[in-house]
Amino acid sequence: MNQVIDPRSVDRPNSYIGKSVPRPNAKKLVEGRGQYVDDIVLPRMVHAAFVRSPHAHAKILRIDGADALEVPGVLRVFTGADLAAHCEPWVATLAHLKGMKSAPQLPLPLARATWAGEAVAAVVAESRGVAEDALAGVWVDYEPLPAAVDMETALASSTPVIHPELGDNLCFQRVNESGKIDDAFRSAHKVVEATFHSGRHTGVTLEPRSILADYNRASAKLTVYHSTQAPHMMQGVFAKHMRLPEGDVRVICTDVGGSYGIKVHVYPDEVAVAAIARIMGRPVKFIADRLESFSTDIHARDHRIKGRMAVDAEGRITAIDIDDLTGIGPYSVYPRTSAVEGNQVVNLVGGPYDFANFRAKTTVVLQNKTPTCQYRAVGHPIATAVTEGLVDLAAEALGLDPVELRRRNLMRDDTYPRTSPAGMKFEGLSHIKSLDTLLGMIDYQGLRAEQERLRAKGIHRGIGFASFIELTNPSPFMYGIGGARISAQDGCTVRIDPDGSVMAATGVTEQGQGTEAIIRQIVAEAVGVPIGEVRVLTGDTLTTPYGGGTWACRGAGIGGESALQAGLAVKEATLRVAGAMLQASPDALDLVNGEIIERKSGQSRMPLAELARIVYFRGDTLPPDLPRELMQTRHFITKAYPFAFTNGVQACWLEVDVDTGVVTLLKHWCVEDCGRIINPLLVDEQVRGGIVQGLGGALYEHCVYSPEGQLLVGSLADYLVPMAAEMPDIEVGHVETPTKESLLGAKGAGEAGTAGAPAAVMNAINDALRPFGAKVFAQPFTPERILSALGKVPSRWPVEAPARSATEPGSASASASAATAPASEEPRDLGFLARLFGRKG
Amino acid sequence: MSSDIDISLTVNGERVSRRVEARRHLIDFLRLDLGLMGSHTGCEHGVCGACTVRVDGNIVRGCLVLAAALDGATVETIEGVSDTGEIRDLQEAFVARNACQCGYCTPGMLLTAAALLKSNAQPTREEIREYLSGNYCRCTGYHAIVDAVETVARQRSGKAGA
Repeated sequence: MNQVIDPRSVDRPNSYIGKSVPRPNAKKLVEGRGQYVDDIVLPRMVHAAFVRSPHAHAKILRIDGADALEVPGVLRVFTGADLAAHCEPWVATLAHLKGMKSAPQLPLPLARATWAGEAVAAVVAESRGVAEDALAGVWVDYEPLPAAVDMETALASSTPVIHPELGDNLCFQRVNESGKIDDAFRSAHKVVEATFHSGRHTGVTLEPRSILADYNRASAKLTVYHSTQAPHMMQGVFAKHMRLPEGDVRVICTDVGGSYGIKVHVYPDEVAVAAIARIMGRPVKFIADRLESFSTDIHARDHRIKGRMAVDAEGRITAIDIDDLTGIGPYSVYPRTSAVEGNQVVNLVGGPYDFANFRAKTTVVLQNKTPTCQYRAVGHPIATAVTEGLVDLAAEALGLDPVELRRRNLMRDDTYPRTSPAGMKFEGLSHIKSLDTLLGMIDYQGLRAEQERLRAKGIHRGIGFASFIELTNPSPFMYGIGGARISAQDGCTVRIDPDGSVMAATGVTEQGQGTEAIIRQIVAEAVGVPIGEVRVLTGDTLTTPYGGGTWACRGAGIGGESALQAGLAVKEATLRVAGAMLQASPDALDLVNGEIIERKSGQSRMPLAELARIVYFRGDTLPPDLPRELMQTRHFITKAYPFAFTNGVQACWLEVDVDTGVVTLLKHWCVEDCGRIINPLLVDEQVRGGIVQGLGGALYEHCVYSPEGQLLVGSLADYLVPMAAEMPDIEVGHVETPTKESLLGAKGAGEAGTAGAPAAVMNAINDALRPFGAKVFAQPFTPERILSALGKVPSRWPVEAPARSATEPGSASASASAATAPASEEPRDLGFLARLFGRKG
Repeated sequence: MSSDIDISLTVNGERVSRRVEARRHLIDFLRLDLGLMGSHTGCEHGVCGACTVRVDGNIVRGCLVLAAALDGATVETIEGVSDTGEIRDLQEAFVARNACQCGYCTPGMLLTAAALLKSNAQPTREEIREYLSGNYCRCTGYHAIVDAVETVARQRSGKAGA
């Protein structure tokens, strides 16, 4: 059976796994013939617009929609109380995250707004324009309350408690510890430390959050067209919280214009739309505008991490100790919860390295800002930046090349399976081989020589490295064990139709990654038909097997394996029928390229279409007891490991203009081991796209708030996402270490790029700035922050003291106070300068 | 409430007459009044380029142009240029190179790429990146898009030279 996915079989007839096959659904997209939720128009459809709180924290004293109802075309105004009668509140906690707490949340709040942008009332009208016109006619009397904005003071006694019933603003805290951490630091040869910040940023899907909910009273069924990654999960959420039988809810997910984790959460305004549809008994559409996207899409990565690392005289890492603080907004987000990002940080720090003593603490606090939750590479970019930043500091302290220090400390490729100090179980990784592959791509010595030569001319270039691990294919240990109805398994149904073509319906979903393309490749190869004969169906809870959808890179690893197994089962069933028809043993036959062949001679015996014709239309000619199930379903779940892990290494080559602080990216490399590669063309673009999202967070993207909790970046003119001109070419290399959990061996590739990119950029900037003794550890690395690290502009926030990277044993705490928080309340990022002046060429 | 305006124009080669609100943006006119859903609304601030269409041969932001100003104009959208086959080579290159993931930015990106190749038949990678910078793509990281446009430029000049 293993030959099915042996890459050496790539040149067999109809072998597609491992080949760069274009996506079958791309042609409609390049012709503008995709169908996103906003493209769907239903009879009697109406539109919702939301009144949103202008205050970060305020009592809602009164809502009066009478004037809005006077606007021609306005049909209804809804308040929190109106919808609460039709909706059960939710509390986003997970039982296995011990001590976690959060407050109940409703589609619209009853008494208090807890972040600026929270929906407090809805207007429904015959068009979106009219609904927005009427928002001005909804009068809301607010009593502004003091806001808890700065996460650093969230737990201070002087800070208002956002939900008094919780007692304080602490959502979750966890310490992950192993070995003898204090002894290790006491006996260290060198200790390095720094305080890192990963700026709060967000996903910016170009297609905003979109929902069209239709409740049909006659059939008592709710149909929701939803731009989501997890239709089955949303089916369960709508059913549970609107008190409908799950079978009466259908979620349909047509084309999705980008997701990156943003569209896997439950948003109160979207539940409000479903509730309004139920009340009004007609289709209700809501498409977030860009300001609504910035103020209500989940944010992420708002972390401050104090980190230190101990090394011995031989350059071996002996201990890592981190203290992570993250502010998640006023509510943990349902149903994944907002504690998972911090939990990932304490699970992933130090991940690539072989060391014994570990302590990682995360403190997750509530605040009056937009809620945060899982965004592409959840926690990984943070953990990797901290780890790799400390590794580079240690290399500097020891006078070692950063590559050499990594080589001495990376887990060796022949030491698996093993468990990390953080408790992560690794089945098989390839850090050393990946590093060697990367070094084969970059001409490291050449770059160092160029760096040296250009420094003499006042041009400052740097190279930065980042090794990383990435958690994929989560088992129920991620969410299910904590009580969340989030499926870790997935399924695929494969059916042969009378013309010999094949339909595959899968529970994993497509948001542009190429899910449908890889399912098609896998099914075509498993069944044995030309790839053009396979159609793939995704994104409909009524017609696809139950599954978790696409997140955590599980499309290939989980969805792909279920497709492979279903395809093989269909082939087996087909050959059984063929054996009866041809009076041969099924084992002596094979199905290749849509033909039943004799396995030994390769001679064609019968087209698959002929077999299908007989089965469907002349079943009378087959032996009466012969099973003829040309449709098979298989489900897959990982069993041996709680998570799969991928690994890789990135390098970034850039130039820092020390007069303007502008960073120009020159080149970026990534070597990734995602296990079995199903489609190199798709994997490479997943890696590149992920890297650019990581680069955006590292250099430009920042959800900046005022001290009062007002989001200061509400449009794409204010919030900078990477553009083509400032991004470098990205070279991608591969190592393949398939997982043995599945026949397919795929682990997933969607988040690795994002996981490693910020760390590589940070290390490259600090490498460029080395002659000046200046360092930056707070993302985004804006021109202003770089200039203030260089002492060229006054800093508007305390920054790392220059040239402090190493301390002698026992004096570790002496310099710790130098690192304090960059105020999240800085008045305005100067990142736009990079946009204006940072162009290459 | 607002004064409506009668306009007659050519959209994708077809004569169209409509009465529009003065505030109606071109992108909403195309999507809501004409059912041309291939152009997308991304930021409504003229930044992201997802709503890029052609007016009288030039690419514009559909979210910054008022439909009322287009009496007598010629408008082309992704549906129109797909039907005529004008940018088929670019579309094929985007598919072959996987330069389109979620597809939301793609129609605008293609029209901008077509405009670039009209004005500069042999752009460098840097020139391609610069020209496409008014069209945001959040999925691909741009590298594949630059490759696809570069490939088409080469193909076209190869044909022209042959």
